[in-house]
Amino acid sequence: MSGWRKGIPGGMLAAGVLSTACAGHQQSALDSAGTQADRIESLWWFFLAVLSAVFVIVIATLLVSLTRGHRGVNQEPLERTHVPSEETERNLGRTVGVATGVTIIILFVLLVASIGTGKELSEIGGKQNSLIVEVTGNQWWWNIRYLSEEPSEILTTANEIHIPVGRPVMIRGLSQDVIHSFWVPNLHGKRDLIPSRVTTEWIEADHPGRWRGQCAEFCGLQHAHMALWVVAETEPQFEAWRHAQLQPAAAPQDADTQRGQQVFLNSACVLCHTIRGTSAAGSVAPDLTHVGSRLTIAAGTLPNTKGNIAGWIADPQRIKPGNHMAVVPVKSEDLQPLADYLESLK
Amino acid sequence: MTPIIEAPGETVDPRAGTNEEHRKKLERAWSRPGRIFGFFTATTHTAIGMRYIITAFAFFLAGGIEALLMRTQLAFSNNHFLSADRYNQIFTTHGTTMMFLFAVPMMEGMAVYLVPLMLGTRNVAFPRLNAFGYYMFLFGGLLLYAGVLTNTGPDVGWFAYPPLSGPQYSPGKRVDIWAQMITFTEISALCVATELIATILKMRAPRMSLNRLPLYCWSMLIQSFMVIFAMPAVMVASTIMLLLDRTVATHFVNPAAGGDPLLYQHVFWFFGHPEVYIIFIPALGFVSSIVEAHTRRGVFGYPAMVLALAGTAFIGFGLWVHHMFATGLPQIGESFFTAASMMIAITSGIQIFCWLATIWTGRVRMHTPMYFVLGFIFIFVMGGLTGVMLASVPLDWQVHDTFFVVAHFHYVLIGGAVFPLFGAFHYWYPKMTGRMMNETLGKIEFWILFIGFNMTFFPMHILGLKGMTRRIYTYPPEMGWDNANALATVGAYIIAIGGILFIANVLSSRKTGAPAGRNPWDAGTLEWAADSPPPPYNFEYLPVAAGRYTMWAPAEARAVVTGMRDDRREVLVTSIMDAEPQHRLVLPGSSFWPFLTALLVGGGFVGTVFGFNWYYPTAVAAGVGLIGWFWPKAPRDLRP
Repeated sequence: MSGWRKGIPGGMLAAGVLSTACAGHQQSALDSAGTQADRIESLWWFFLAVLSAVFVIVIATLLVSLTRGHRGVNQEPLERTHVPSEETERNLGRTVGVATGVTIIILFVLLVASIGTGKELSEIGGKQNSLIVEVTGNQWWWNIRYLSEEPSEILTTANEIHIPVGRPVMIRGLSQDVIHSFWVPNLHGKRDLIPSRVTTEWIEADHPGRWRGQCAEFCGLQHAHMALWVVAETEPQFEAWRHAQLQPAAAPQDADTQRGQQVFLNSACVLCHTIRGTSAAGSVAPDLTHVGSRLTIAAGTLPNTKGNIAGWIADPQRIKPGNHMAVVPVKSEDLQPLADYLESLK
Repeated sequence: MTPIIEAPGETVDPRAGTNEEHRKKLERAWSRPGRIFGFFTATTHTAIGMRYIITAFAFFLAGGIEALLMRTQLAFSNNHFLSADRYNQIFTTHGTTMMFLFAVPMMEGMAVYLVPLMLGTRNVAFPRLNAFGYYMFLFGGLLLYAGVLTNTGPDVGWFAYPPLSGPQYSPGKRVDIWAQMITFTEISALCVATELIATILKMRAPRMSLNRLPLYCWSMLIQSFMVIFAMPAVMVASTIMLLLDRTVATHFVNPAAGGDPLLYQHVFWFFGHPEVYIIFIPALGFVSSIVEAHTRRGVFGYPAMVLALAGTAFIGFGLWVHHMFATGLPQIGESFFTAASMMIAITSGIQIFCWLATIWTGRVRMHTPMYFVLGFIFIFVMGGLTGVMLASVPLDWQVHDTFFVVAHFHYVLIGGAVFPLFGAFHYWYPKMTGRMMNETLGKIEFWILFIGFNMTFFPMHILGLKGMTRRIYTYPPEMGWDNANALATVGAYIIAIGGILFIANVLSSRKTGAPAGRNPWDAGTLEWAADSPPPPYNFEYLPVAAGRYTMWAPAEARAVVTGMRDDRREVLVTSIMDAEPQHRLVLPGSSFWPFLTALLVGGGFVGTVFGFNWYYPTAVAAGVGLIGWFWPKAPRDLRP
């Protein structure tokens, strides 16, 4: 199995944070990192063991049967009746009956195991002290809102969910346009995000780590580039992150980033994006207030580096053809300050 | 009018020597006019069936080329061989082609060809409807590929979920062409289902009571009933909900206007799941036929086999929701559909056990068709077992819409339908052409296809569990999916080599194959009583069934029907249960009208994609076509 786990290292886009983190473990149903995925993984190994045994028995029977009475292509003339004796047929009837009975028993055991796991999964959520994260699918990015009773505690981000280890988190799924599906296999199975409906799913990480998720329901042209990251951290780390995210964007500290901010605010960027603490308040594209703190840009497409930010702004249609980000004309001498500014929004 | 069944030897023994004059008259009565014009008037089932088979095979090749393009794109990460738009069109066209233009029409074509021969009759019950159905299928396929070749191929998946497929997110004509193509092919499927049911129930050879019906005919009877219940559902989904939402701004499935996108999914999968069995049940019939002939005994447990087929068909309508487990349905409903989905393993299991019992006690003869049957059992059992995994709601949440599912359904569809189909090609090729296929080449084909298949699709199980979702045109290198994908791509090309060898075998054996004679496999069913290839009237004298396996009955027990007229297209109608002769039916002759009607209706259907007003001329044109079709003619006897 280890062969599958080896990724080809490097690659232009993989440089940076991701290459160290990933080797095929971070989006896998067989590397559970949460209570829910763990239950499903146990069920998987049980099903696999039972059904593999069935497969081996059936194929073994088939192969043995071929060695019996197999007389090759050239045979003596047939008997005219082509009918085996009644006793043979009776024995066969009994055997097939028993095999069918065993099949039914095996299926019943699997059914009970499956429904049992399903019931356990449904009982995990809803505990005290839980967190509600609203995930809204968009073509082709994820809008993330942490809900709270307190309006000032509601925070908005995109394409990255931070969760505290050991605390149940409810994913409240919505969609802005077409059907998407939220899937972070290391934590739980998938749940569709359907326009005009609300779906829910509970996740709970049992150790700190970073896991990748991906849209699992075909949602159009750039379905392949609609990923997100879930970062599980200890409670204090999470709280620190949350407080930082609730703050408005940091004011630019030097002339270069100040220029970058001016470029941003004077261009078409503000029509779609929000940077809290500035006049940019567009609502159809990812919130950029703390974009510099994220692992990736363009919904998991590129590692979040200054160079990638600049490349993305210069020509988003080359990297993710057909995505809804317009090519905003930015003068070449403005591009670097703009990337610096966005990168500084930690 | 009751025809007489005579044992040979009493008045005339038809097998003592062929009656040349009788044959010539039959030939005259059943042949179509020559000429190019005459080509479009054919109504004999062998001609129409062969056209279905060849056309569906051509679409199979197109779908295969699309598969190779996809595998080439996915061979390694960040590949730029295909653009996202091109890839989305190709995977949609691949799925649509394989389901609607290859699998179902191919199974129908095989049945149109084989069922009347197996029943010992001369044609299907409604020959003109049969021709009409073929042309509708052909035009539907041409419509789709006209779209594909003009960069208007559908790009929303073969399931076309709204709202993605709705007017807002898929402007242009791509989805309209897809939805209307469905209309064409479903009409075709319904035509065939109707005529097969009528043929099987009312035109069997005398004394072929239902409990003597060949298992293949049972599978087609059951499949045809499934078609009649399933196909209208997809027409409701694609033609009514989706196409009307798109063309005349209804809001059946538009969430923005209170429509429900999940309603579409329910209706679509109410068709979509039975569709799998519509493809797969005929293949079970192929397997039974091949196993019988190659183990030289009847399939063990005939009643159990028939009941298992019928059970599969019933249960098949009760598990569509397992395609929708991730949509968040109530838990109690999910448990019900888990149980129903697992039940299908019982009926499939019974059939596998019965075949194993047959092979266990039979005297196995290892010809190419039998290799494909054994390959079928290996692959299909594995696909069935992964199907049990998919029935489990928690497991499905993980593997749904990943490559695990891609692997699963290729195991059940290629393993469950295409392998038996290739076995069937090798098995009935002598009947269709009069020559044997090359055995050595056949076995090489099998091993190449078998190895290539497993190399392509087995790694996909692991890819799915490792998080690779379906319908993505590329993936980043750090996912660790490269090796398995590269292996799958190599496997796909190996499958292609197997396919090329098969085509080479078919073409070369037509000229150089050993002459087959009537019954090269010493098989038991009635199609082997006809000449190879069958003349347009199939049998000089209609056969009488002597048990389940007439050809295995002693010669003195076999009888034929005499007293049928040979100067017009006369067939024998028999009773439903016991196949007692009831009366002689005169079938309609060759006619240009089915083609013309299909052309008029089809043209209108294509028109409605571009403007709803085309509906009105279409209705008139269809009326004109039908009037011509049913224009009464004086019976031949009364003409001078």
